[in-house]
Amino acid sequence: MSGANDPYDPKQVAALSAEALDAAVAAAREAFATAPDLDALAAVRPAHLGDRAPVPLARRELGALPPAARADAGKRVNAARVAVTEAYDTRRALLEAERDERVLAEERVDVTLPWDRTPRGARHPITTLMERIADVFVGMGYEVADGPELEAEWLNFDALNFGPDHPARWLSDTFFVAPEGSGLVLRTHTSPVQARTMLARRPPVYVVAPGRTYRTDELDATHTPVFHQVEGLAVDRGLTMAHLRGTLDHLARSLFGPDARTRWRPHFFPFTEPSAEFDVWFPEHRDGPQWVEWGGCGMVHPRVLTACGVDPEEYSGFAFGMGIERALQFRSGVGDMRDIVEGDVRFTTAFGVEQ
Amino acid sequence: MRVPVSWLAELVDLPAGISVEELDEAFVRIGFEVEGVHRPEPTTGPLVTGRVLEIEELTGFKKPIRYCRVDVGEAEPRGIVCGARNFAVDDAVVVALPGAVLPGGFEIAARKTYDHVSDGMICSVRELGIGEDHTGILVVGHGADSPAPGTPAADLVGLDDVVFELEVTPDRGYAMSLRGIARDLAAALGVTWRDPGDRPVPAWSGAPGWQVTVADPDRCDRFSMVALEDLDPAAPSPWWLRRRLTECGIRSISLAVDVTNFVMLELGQPMHAFDRAAVTGPVTVRLARDGEELTTLDGTTRELTGDDLLITDDTGPIGLAAVMGGENTEIGDASSAVLLEAAHWEPTGVSRTARRHRLPSEAAKRFERGVDPEMTVVALARAAELLAEHGGARVVGGLVDVDTRRPRPAVDLDAGLPTRLVGVDYTTEQVVAVLESVGCAVTADGDRLTVHPPSWRADLALPADLVEEVVRLAGFDDIPSVLPTAPPGRGLTETQRRRRSIGRALADAGYVEAPAYPFVGLGVPDTLGLPDDDPRRQVIVLRNPLSEEEPALRTTLLPGLLATLARNLGRGQRDLAVFEHGAVFLGGVGQPAPVPGIERRPDDGTVAAILGAVPDQPWHVAVALTGAREPRGWWGPGRPAGWADAVQAARLVAEAAGVRLFVRPGERAPWHPGRCAELVVGEGDDARVVGYAGELHPRVCAALDLPARTCVMELDVDALPPAPVPVGPPISAFPPVFLDLAFVVPDEITAAHVESLVRGGAGDLFESVRLFDVYAGPPVPPGSRSLAYSLVLRAPDRTLTAEDVARVRAGIVAVVELQGITLRSGDA
Repeated sequence: MSGANDPYDPKQVAALSAEALDAAVAAAREAFATAPDLDALAAVRPAHLGDRAPVPLARRELGALPPAARADAGKRVNAARVAVTEAYDTRRALLEAERDERVLAEERVDVTLPWDRTPRGARHPITTLMERIADVFVGMGYEVADGPELEAEWLNFDALNFGPDHPARWLSDTFFVAPEGSGLVLRTHTSPVQARTMLARRPPVYVVAPGRTYRTDELDATHTPVFHQVEGLAVDRGLTMAHLRGTLDHLARSLFGPDARTRWRPHFFPFTEPSAEFDVWFPEHRDGPQWVEWGGCGMVHPRVLTACGVDPEEYSGFAFGMGIERALQFRSGVGDMRDIVEGDVRFTTAFGVEQ
Repeated sequence: MRVPVSWLAELVDLPAGISVEELDEAFVRIGFEVEGVHRPEPTTGPLVTGRVLEIEELTGFKKPIRYCRVDVGEAEPRGIVCGARNFAVDDAVVVALPGAVLPGGFEIAARKTYDHVSDGMICSVRELGIGEDHTGILVVGHGADSPAPGTPAADLVGLDDVVFELEVTPDRGYAMSLRGIARDLAAALGVTWRDPGDRPVPAWSGAPGWQVTVADPDRCDRFSMVALEDLDPAAPSPWWLRRRLTECGIRSISLAVDVTNFVMLELGQPMHAFDRAAVTGPVTVRLARDGEELTTLDGTTRELTGDDLLITDDTGPIGLAAVMGGENTEIGDASSAVLLEAAHWEPTGVSRTARRHRLPSEAAKRFERGVDPEMTVVALARAAELLAEHGGARVVGGLVDVDTRRPRPAVDLDAGLPTRLVGVDYTTEQVVAVLESVGCAVTADGDRLTVHPPSWRADLALPADLVEEVVRLAGFDDIPSVLPTAPPGRGLTETQRRRRSIGRALADAGYVEAPAYPFVGLGVPDTLGLPDDDPRRQVIVLRNPLSEEEPALRTTLLPGLLATLARNLGRGQRDLAVFEHGAVFLGGVGQPAPVPGIERRPDDGTVAAILGAVPDQPWHVAVALTGAREPRGWWGPGRPAGWADAVQAARLVAEAAGVRLFVRPGERAPWHPGRCAELVVGEGDDARVVGYAGELHPRVCAALDLPARTCVMELDVDALPPAPVPVGPPISAFPPVFLDLAFVVPDEITAAHVESLVRGGAGDLFESVRLFDVYAGPPVPPGSRSLAYSLVLRAPDRTLTAEDVARVRAGIVAVVELQGITLRSGDA
């Protein structure tokens, strides 16, 4: 150190010399660049950026310089300080990036691992298909009507123009409730909902009635004693079979695609006159596009209208009904009826929660 | 109804070259579902008729064998070996010559057998593939009444014929005959036809051939009969007649029976032939008397009821009218005198008798659907003619014809009605033309038509019936597709939305919907351990169940759901969570529902009585669980399903229904008495138990062969109150304070109760509470357990202070201490 009274020659302050500062910067750069990781970098930092490092020490000498020399030396010191700091920051950023990359790589997981901790549930496809059909009609302004499965014989048969000894009454293979004369049956079709609806309200009536129905068939690949139908009924002024066809065509398109349509064949039902069975053209059938038998329809029989308090001179109505199991069979390619009714979770789960 | 095309072609001028497919399509178009199209298997090569010239009986073989010389139209007769014995010299037979291939790929060649060269084969019906009869060979004629030897036989035996099997709907009795089918088909194709029912009836003279009384003209409005004598009982039915019967699926029995069956097929009029020698005294048609019996032709002895209509003689019943004849007057091998009967019976009575005796005979099937009453005498004439021609029979005495029919009213039809109901513009001329084509007589006064339906169409009684004929024959394909405009609807009802929500919530929670049949056994209440006075024991029973094992309807969803569980377990599943929602049938059967007529709407009281007689069928939901609720995985071990899952399922259901559910300990079969939750809605006086959840009673698990600790929940969805409109809570933006408190709670105090105390004690600053730990064991004293709760407190208008929190805590402690609950030491 020079004495305070000495005339000061900056060139004599070695620490402030350009050479010394350059050497300090070079040394710092070298030390930082060769630090292999952040810990090593932190370890060498004090030697080059700490209070006792060459550049800060040199900076301390500035105060001793005469003002004329101070500006020049100050610039050199600052430049050196910036260079060292930059060297440090650059190296640290690089090492941090390397570390982050390594750590994230180490944290890699197998995203294909399963996480099915709560098993899947499912709704039965008969349920969802009935809802889907009901929704098509709700979209047309219909309301959904319900009726009991255990039904009054009068509503299941008489009100629908099945005479007491009409063969059709017996051909429909009815479950009767004991004792004889109870007047109760398990409904053989959803049609009693027609009668219930007309007894309860005045036309115009547009309702659709999905539900469970019963006939005394043994369960096999194509029959089940417990099955489901969707019934439709419209009673209004001026309704014709053309309206019936338009309604069924619309339903067919909604369920089976824009190319679906219906074809009718004359048939007999006691509660409609004229009556028809209808087939639906199903382009997606697994055995190729084809007509599939689906349901029955017709104009509500005037006797049914009369029995339910609707004047057939003023109003006409159409009704239709179709089997849901059958629709499920061809829509979803289900070959065996037993799969639909046995409650095997493997079957139902395949359909998921289908809304 | 089986309809041979060759028979149809005799009656209808079918368009030349019409294909089977076109006929099929035409039948379907007019409402006759084609259930089958039957064609014999193809036969190729020479098949000719032959005349048997000589028969040599060969002996010394295991069975009788004949060596025949048969003229097949060639220069020399052929020698043919034959094992059948039902033919004689001069009979005409069908011979397959060498080179012919019969159905089943059976190739005919000259071969040596039984020491003779057999140069062809004499064929049976079955070998020709036209029927099942293999009791002998097919004899197609005798003597002069034979085709010339060497005539190609394919046509004669019907090898090229096609038989349609048609479904005839219950309203179309007339179509159970060739006559009816031919008429409709001719109308559909627009061609002419010949009515086989349009034939002259001979004026049989003399006193009536038998004395007949009809005591019940309501059930029999026409009874016709002729007596015949000199029938050769051995006379065979001609081949053409047997062929028709075979094609229509009716077995050939004897000439007399075959003729009646043939006439039934042709004209639709069922007939019966009595052995006149076995009929004693006058014939009376009357209802059966109690205790009377009749052995019918099928050999069954039937006990008769006062509703069965009979044909009787002095000895008693000789026929179950319209259904089946009696064995005591059956035509036998020696019957040469015959009473031929053709009558018209009231359909519903026939239907009842046929059903009562489980006898859906060909006759009954026709009479219950309706038969043309004009045909009785025509059918007798046709049958008498055939019996005369082929059996030498002759009518003796005059015709019996007890005819008490009432005139049928005409139907008034507005000619515009078809257009108004169908939506297709039909002209009056079109309407008249269609109605006339089905046999109606129509007189028109402008648009007002007076329609006299034909005698064979009892089904045409109302204008709508006539409209159906118009649209059926004009064609359904013409009906346009027009969407009607329904008035605006209100969408699904709350109940319907709720049922959907519940199904979705359970499915989303991992339950699989598994609807079961509602049939249960009478032992189910015992298996479930239901107490004697349990309302679920009051089952409704079916008169005709599919299985006597399961004659009752469910009063709870559990039996079906548990059976589904067991079925799935049997198929190798181990972890199961299933649910069903649907109706149960409670309350048993009450007063019988009234059965009013349908001429008008029943009065409101009657309607109410009908609706009220239908038992209550509430909509229930149930779940069943077994195995792991959460499976083991790489995350760790699985979690077995337990009572808490069942209770949680109930909470899910309530939440989906928008209803608050309270859970409290309960006791109810078939649940484990210590692990049964009672599910309650409403509070105070409105509290109502809606279901139960928990673990099944171990005895029930054992009885049903279910895994131990199977859990179930069942809840009456219809008993849930309507969901209130949800109220949006105020949301405070001030910070919360989290407060954890653990209590020592005596075992008899439920967690639900503690939680309600905590809520109450926390006051206005309460936001939420959650039980996060349950602990029993030291240092908690026996008889108590530790319940640890995490609370969130928050003020609507400020940040809470330490004093606020201390006040809340003191408030809670003060409330719970009243119940003997203490704050755990260490938390104090």
